[in-house]
Amino acid sequence: MDPNSRLVMEDSQRTLTPYVTGTSVIGIKYKDGVLIAADMGGSYGSTLRYKSVERLKAIGKHSLLGASGEISDFQELLRYLDGLILYDNMWDDGNSLGPKEVHSYLTRVMYNRRNKFNPLWNSLVLGGVKNGQKYLGTVNMIGVHYQDNHVATGFGNHLAIPILRDEWREDLSFEEGVRLLEKCMRVLIYRDRSAINKLQIAKITAEGVTISPPYSLKTFWEFSAFKNPTAGAEGSW
Amino acid sequence: MVYITAILANWIFGYKIFTQGLIQLGQPATVKVAANLVRLLAYNNKNMLQTGLIVGGWDKYEGGKIYGIPLGGTIIEQPFAIGGSGSSYLYGFFDQAWREGMTKEEAEQLVVKAVSLAIARDGASGGVVRTVIINSEGVTRNFYPGDKLPLWHEELEPQNSLLDIWGSASGSSPEPMRE
Repeated sequence: MDPNSRLVMEDSQRTLTPYVTGTSVIGIKYKDGVLIAADMGGSYGSTLRYKSVERLKAIGKHSLLGASGEISDFQELLRYLDGLILYDNMWDDGNSLGPKEVHSYLTRVMYNRRNKFNPLWNSLVLGGVKNGQKYLGTVNMIGVHYQDNHVATGFGNHLAIPILRDEWREDLSFEEGVRLLEKCMRVLIYRDRSAINKLQIAKITAEGVTISPPYSLKTFWEFSAFKNPTAGAEGSW
Repeated sequence: MVYITAILANWIFGYKIFTQGLIQLGQPATVKVAANLVRLLAYNNKNMLQTGLIVGGWDKYEGGKIYGIPLGGTIIEQPFAIGGSGSSYLYGFFDQAWREGMTKEEAEQLVVKAVSLAIARDGASGGVVRTVIINSEGVTRNFYPGDKLPLWHEELEPQNSLLDIWGSASGSSPEPMRE
């Protein structure tokens, strides 16, 4: 081998464009903890290809992760997190990683991948409760991260956050929280082309994590403007 | 590229068919004439237009007829026609489900089912289904709201809220999952 030449090997894959994607995730804090909602769609471009994708997953005892974006990258993240939680459990020291720590870990992973131009093509919502403290944060593929009383990814930022800014209150009950999230999800079903009418809502409290079974929301389509769309434009020419 | 399906339709119908056709000829234009007028617009402006069209109708000479006019301005007479982004998902369906000599009711049901299947899989399709039936008796319009359409694979019956499913079995909140 000529000592002046270098053999370059591409041994790792890079996500340059996403293929199978999930759309919005919305999260809110409520009285007893955190509620997160996401639909179950895995779109393949404009095709609604997979309709039972679980985009909400429990992480350890105290946290819940919701992901939008490339599903394969989300699955890879879950593998990383499995390793992290296992390592934490192996210490067997009575301590366990809380949502703040998991969010911090995810932020480092996402940001470092971004710096290497090999991002995990996701926007994540991480929520949890530990020692009575509620936590809700978000981090995305470029490493932007923050916490708030309500967070959302993708279209949720444009359609759900305005509703939440108006209607979220401290000390929402569980019922009020669910109805508020459902109100936001309904808008997304009507207006987001990648959203499907099949969703899950998850709650995390001091007691633990519960993820609902998949279900659909009722929608309304019988506006007179839909039945007679040309009523205002009759008699051209 | 300009998407002007509705504008073309309006112009052809209002001006060419009604004004020039009916008034000059003394009777309504045939489906073939209408389709060819559309074709001329589509063909002669092919670099400015990007719109796929289907012209369907009834006249006393040939009865019910359908003409497909895809991008470029080709005209093709067909027993049935499909188009648009959602149509990709319907080629197999129509290959299997379409038959010669269906009744009016069968045909309308087929079309509603087809659009409903496209809505299930095409992100750019959704909402409601509107049908138009054109025959010797005239023009009939029907409306099918989205929530009345059949449910397909992995689609669920709609609920008012998660709270109705979880119910008040365990107080207000269900028990958390245990490993």
